[in-house]
Amino acid sequence: MSAALQQDPRDRGGPAQPLLIVENLTKHFPVRGGLLNRQVATVQAVDEVSFSVRKGETLGIVGESGCGKSTTARLLMRLMNPDAGSVVFDGDPVGEKRGISVSDMRRQMQMVFQDSYTSLNPRMTMAESIAYAPRMHGLGRKEAYDRAENLLSRVGLNPRQYARRYPHELSGGQRQRVNIARALALEPRLVILDEAVAALDKSVEAQVLNLLSDLKESLNLTYLFISHDLNVVEYMSDRVMVMYLGRVVEAGPVESIYRHPRHPYTRALFASKPTLDPDRRTTEMPLTGDPPNPINPPSGCRFRTRCAFAQPRCAETLPLLAAPFDGDADPSHVVACHIPEAQAAVAVHHA
Amino acid sequence: MPDGTMQPPVLRVEDLTVRFTRRNTDVAAVNGVDFSLQAGETLTILGESGSGKSVSLKALMGLLPAYAGVSGKVWLNGKEILGLPAAALAKLRGGAVSMIFQEPMAALDPVYTIGEQIAETIVQHEGCDNRTAMKRALGLLEQVKIPSAERRLKNFPHEMSGGMRHRAMIALALACKPSVLLADEPTTALDVTVQIQILLLLRQLQAELGMAIVFVTHDVGAAAEISDRIAVMYAGRFVETGTTRQVMREPMHPYTQGLLSSTVHGGMRGRALETIPGSPPNLAELPPGCAFAPRCRYAVDACRQGDIPVVTTETGAMARCVRAEELVEA
Ligand SMILES: Nc1ncnc2c1ncn2[C@@H]1O[C@H](COP(=O)(O)OP(=O)(O)OP(=O)(O)O)[C@@H](O)[C@H]1O
Ligand SMILES: Nc1ncnc2c1ncn2[C@@H]1O[C@H](COP(=O)(O)OP(=O)(O)O)[C@@H](O)[C@H]1O
Ligand code: SF4
Ligand code: SF4
Ligand SMILES: [Mg+2]
Ligand SMILES: [Mg+2]
Repeated sequence: MSAALQQDPRDRGGPAQPLLIVENLTKHFPVRGGLLNRQVATVQAVDEVSFSVRKGETLGIVGESGCGKSTTARLLMRLMNPDAGSVVFDGDPVGEKRGISVSDMRRQMQMVFQDSYTSLNPRMTMAESIAYAPRMHGLGRKEAYDRAENLLSRVGLNPRQYARRYPHELSGGQRQRVNIARALALEPRLVILDEAVAALDKSVEAQVLNLLSDLKESLNLTYLFISHDLNVVEYMSDRVMVMYLGRVVEAGPVESIYRHPRHPYTRALFASKPTLDPDRRTTEMPLTGDPPNPINPPSGCRFRTRCAFAQPRCAETLPLLAAPFDGDADPSHVVACHIPEAQAAVAVHHA
Repeated sequence: MPDGTMQPPVLRVEDLTVRFTRRNTDVAAVNGVDFSLQAGETLTILGESGSGKSVSLKALMGLLPAYAGVSGKVWLNGKEILGLPAAALAKLRGGAVSMIFQEPMAALDPVYTIGEQIAETIVQHEGCDNRTAMKRALGLLEQVKIPSAERRLKNFPHEMSGGMRHRAMIALALACKPSVLLADEPTTALDVTVQIQILLLLRQLQAELGMAIVFVTHDVGAAAEISDRIAVMYAGRFVETGTTRQVMREPMHPYTQGLLSSTVHGGMRGRALETIPGSPPNLAELPPGCAFAPRCRYAVDACRQGDIPVVTTETGAMARCVRAEELVEA
C-alpha cells in the first residue's frame, strides 16, 4: 500500500481493514397487480449478498441483465434502504449510532452512471456541475471553482475550453469525463462505476478506461466496477464477483476466476463471449434461453433450471459460497455449487 | 459462401450518398458507399455510432424521411430499386428484402399476436389464404427455435421474454424468404448469453435459406462471429473492406488499427490501452480530404486535401488511405 494512503487522515482502519464489508445485503421488491393492486409476488433483486473490498483494489461485478448489480450499487449508496444486511465502511457500520452516518459515508463513496446525459443538469455549465457538491458542503465559491477546473484538466478536458460549456455542447465521451470529475469533487475514497463506459464508442471507451486507471493510481481510489463486458471487467478488476438472480454464485481473484471458473454459470457466461478470432468461432450454445424471471426464482440453486449438472439436491438446498472442492484454488476463491463434477468440468476457452 | 464461379450479386450498391439538408445544416451522413453481395454471404458494416450505418440501411429500404437527399444506384437481383415509387418499395420490404433491428418492438406490432403478424405479412406478399399462412408462421417459429411454437403463435409480443421477442422478429423478417436480410445492430442490446444464441441462429438460418445478410454493428466480437467480409465505416465512408481475417488480422487503415487496438480483449491486464485520440467527427462539418486526419497519427499534408485514393490489394482488400501501402510494408 502506498505511503499516501496511510497519510490520509480519513483512513481510520489502516491498510488491513477492508474499505467496505458487506454482509447479507438483501432487497426484495414487491410486485403489485390485480384489481386491488395487492402484492402478488416478490422480486428478489438482491438476496444475502456478502463481499468485501480492500483498500486500493478494484472489485468487478458481472452477471446478466437484471441479476442485481445496480440494485447492489444503489443499496451501497443508500439511494434506497436495504431490507436486511449491514455495510461497514472502513471499520465503521454505516447508518448506526456507533458507526458512520449515511451523509458522511456518501462524501467518501461516489457513483458514476451509464447515461452521461441525464446525469448532468442541462442548465449548469461543466464547472458549475462539478463545483456544486463541494459548495453544498461548505467550500467557498473560488475554492470550489478552482477545484472544478483542476478536476477538468485531470480528466483530460482543458478548463479554458470546457469549463463554461453546457452538457449538449459535449460529446458522450466528454460528458462521461465530466461525470467522473464530478464524482471526484468531494475527494471520495470509493467510486462505484455502474456501466460507466457502456454507452461510449470503443475508441472513446479505451480513453476513459485509461483515465480511470490513471486516476485510481494518482488519487489512491478504490473501485467497484460494474459492467456487462466480461473483457473490460477482466482488464480493470483485481477481484471479480459473479451474480445470478440476485445472489453471488462465485467470487475471487480475477486470474483465478477467469482461468479456472468453477461455477457452471460462470463458465457458460465466459463461453458466451464472442471470439475475436475468425478461425475459432463459437459453435455451440453455452446456455439456452433467457435468464429466468427474478420473480419467484427456482428453489435451491437458482441456476438449476439452466444447469447441465443439476441433481435432485440442487432443488432442495440452496448452495452457499464456500471453497471449491478441488482444493487447489486460491484461498479467497469461493463458489456456490453442491456438485463436485459441476465445478470440475472443463471451461470452454477461446480468444 | 461465395465460390469462384461468378454469379450475379443479389445486392449491388454503387456510390450511395445521403445528405440531410435542413435550414442551415447539411449533414453528410453517407458519402459514396459501394459494395456487392452474393447469395449466402454476410457483409458486416462495422463502425462507431453516427458513422452512417443505420442511414445506409434505411436508404436501401427507402425508409428515410422525404428531406433526405439520396443518390447512387442500388440493384436487387439485377433490378434497380433506388428510384422506385413508394408502393413498389413497400412491396419489396418484407418480401425480397427485410430488416431486423436492435429493439424488436421496432418491427413488431404490440396489438397483434405473433402468429397474426407473420401470417398477415405472408398473405400480403403472396396472396395465399389465412390458414396456409398461419401454418407457415408455425413452421417459422419452429425454425427460429421458439419453444412450444404452437402456443407462442397466440402470444402478444409483451408476453414473451426479450430473447424470444428477438426470435419472433427474425421469424417475421424471414416470412417471405427474403434474398437479402438487413440487420441493424440486432444483438447490441442483448446479454452475451442471448447474443451468442442469436448469432448462431442467424448463421444457421443463412446456411438453410441461402439469403445474403448485411449485418451492422459496432462490436468487433459480433463481427468476428458472423461475417464473411467486413467493411469498416467512418464518417459515412467505407475506409477499409476485406475478408474477416484480413480486416481483423492485417488491418491496413489507421482507423481500423486504432479501433482494434482500443478494443479490450482477454488477457490484456496491466497494459495501457492504445487509444485513438479525440472523438468521431461532426458530419455537418467534415474536413476536406480524409475525415480521420484530425485523429490520425500518420496524417501528412496530402491527407487534408482532395479525394483520398483507394488502395486495393491482390487479394481484394481495400483501404482508403494515402499511406496505406507504405504503412502495410512498414
Ligand atoms: N424499484 C424497483 N421496483 C421493482 N423491481 C425492481 C426495482 N429496481 C430493480 N428491480 C428489479 O430488480 C432486479 C435487479 O435489477 P438491477 O437493476 O439491479 O439489475 P442489473 O443487474 O443492474 O441489470 P442490468 O445489467 O440490466 O443493469 C430486476 O429484476 C429489476 O427489474
Ligand atoms: N432523419 C435524420 N435527420 C438528420 N440527420 C440524421 C437523420 N438520421 C440520421 N442522421 C444523422 O446521420 C448520421 C449517421 O447516423 P446513423 O446512420 O444513424 O449512425 P449509426 O452508424 O450509428 O447507425 C448521424 O450524424 C445522424 O445524426
Ligand atoms: S448447485 Fe447444482 S444446479 Fe446449481 S450450479 Fe451446482 S450443479 Fe448446477
Ligand atoms: S489518409 Fe492520411 S489521415 Fe487518413 S488515415 Fe491515411 S494517413 Fe491517416
Ligand atoms: Mg444495471
Ligand atoms: Mg445505428
